[in-house]
Amino acid sequence: MNPGWLFNRWSLFAAAVLVLAASLQGDYYFSLLNFIGIHALLVVGLNLLMGYGGQISLGHAAFFGLGAYTSAILTATYGVNPWLALVAGLLLSGSTAFLLGVPALKLRGYYLAMATLGFGIIVYIVLNEAQALTGGPSGLAGIPSLALGPVLLNTPRRLYLFIWTTLGVVLALSANLVDSRLGRALRALHDSEAAAQSLAVDTFALKLKVFIWSALYASLAGSLYAHTLNFIAPSSFTFMFSIKLVTMVLLGGMASIWGSLLGAGVLTVLPELLTAFHDYEVVIFGAILMAVMIFLPRGLIRGLLDLWEFRRYKREGGSIPV
Amino acid sequence: MEDVSLSVRPGAIQAIIGPNGAGKTTLFHLVTGFLTPQAGRIVFAGQEIQGRPPHAIAALGIARTFQLVQLFDHMTVLENAMVGRHRLSRAGLLSGALRFPWTRTEEKAIREEALEALEFVGLADRAQQPAAALPLGLKRLLEIARGYASRPTLLLLDEPASGLDAGETDRLREMILALREQGITVLLVEHDMALTMEVAEEIAVLNYGRLIAEGPPRAIQKHPEVIAAYLGTDWQA
Repeated sequence: MNPGWLFNRWSLFAAAVLVLAASLQGDYYFSLLNFIGIHALLVVGLNLLMGYGGQISLGHAAFFGLGAYTSAILTATYGVNPWLALVAGLLLSGSTAFLLGVPALKLRGYYLAMATLGFGIIVYIVLNEAQALTGGPSGLAGIPSLALGPVLLNTPRRLYLFIWTTLGVVLALSANLVDSRLGRALRALHDSEAAAQSLAVDTFALKLKVFIWSALYASLAGSLYAHTLNFIAPSSFTFMFSIKLVTMVLLGGMASIWGSLLGAGVLTVLPELLTAFHDYEVVIFGAILMAVMIFLPRGLIRGLLDLWEFRRYKREGGSIPV
Repeated sequence: MEDVSLSVRPGAIQAIIGPNGAGKTTLFHLVTGFLTPQAGRIVFAGQEIQGRPPHAIAALGIARTFQLVQLFDHMTVLENAMVGRHRLSRAGLLSGALRFPWTRTEEKAIREEALEALEFVGLADRAQQPAAALPLGLKRLLEIARGYASRPTLLLLDEPASGLDAGETDRLREMILALREQGITVLLVEHDMALTMEVAEEIAVLNYGRLIAEGPPRAIQKHPEVIAAYLGTDWQA
């Protein structure tokens, strides 16, 4: 990797991660950060699909679940090496995304949204019903922890370092991708599919590749989730969770790698702060989704920046540039 | 379209004209794969290309501009031109994410070639501006630069002078002539008769989906059916 970018946001990121590792006391904060990290992995992948690729997945919880359950079943029930199980999860999610994407993306319009919606529900039902395999609604326990050689990742702090290092690598790969030949082709596709095609961009193949790529991120997040909690249940992989992920993308800002981190952070911490309102979580998320779409359609950061610019122009007596 | 038989001489500038609705843009869509003909063949560089998807046809070396400018509004002027290099570069998803040394070399080459294409149309000083911020005349030039960056054999220009003032049209005319000097075959759909007569070596005239005349500008100007098509049969030459 190019050493030129070592002395900017990536080193800041790494520094922040290490500082928090050294200074935070107590498992609670590390556990919270672990969930933020896992959610961020999901959101970055979904953002590549939605923000850059212009497609919507309403069933990303399903790929999250496929990764989680593949890891869980293979390690807990069959004693497979967790790293191999993780790769197996990636293969399963990747091929499922391929099978789903080929017919859905050939059609114009929001067919991928509908296909992922249906797929998410099917996976949820299967997780609940295939009790012999998945443990049904009560879930699957006894998932072993990951190990890096002799070091067992069984404390929140160790998991935090591992998850956030993984996230850092994934963020870097994603940022590279956005600035690459296919990243440009993707953004071009989003702006004008016809023009992109006229420049030899195979738009169908590209949409499919991005969809599979985002499913792989989700699967990775799922496997990490299984090995973090050492227990999983279908109730974590619902349609509501897919909607939460979409909300995180929108809040952080579509087509923003760092915005994905912000969106995941805010909407993971918020339910923690509002435990009193737990019963109204669905309503609150819905309200946030509506508010973001109406007032801050470009996400929290850009929305606030736009607001600041707007007020600055008003103060200076200028007109708003279109 | 019915019974249209057309051949384009390599290295020439040819124009297709005709009243609105004559089928000129339809012809472009057919050649570039956005539409499939129900009958007939389209042959390019010895291959039959009808029925192939647009991106496959573009990969063979046919580039085009659109009647309503289709720029990539969320990207800069330079990035628009860089997308033009897509067919001549290889980096995929994995190489893009991992940034291998060869990928970085290719990126540098893409950037340089794109800048060269911008220089060709005179937009190099605006490389970092958002494409959406350009005035229409420059947007059309950027579309041409983008197509030029792909080093096409054939470049299709769909009403490039539409919405341009006299100065911008002059610049466009120079651009079209410069394209021919680069060895690119240009096929032009236009309503601006002055521009067409100045640059085109050969003109084909469509009306109601049929080819009604073909020939050099002088012949077309005097052709009775062409005059009738544009001005109505009651008009006296």
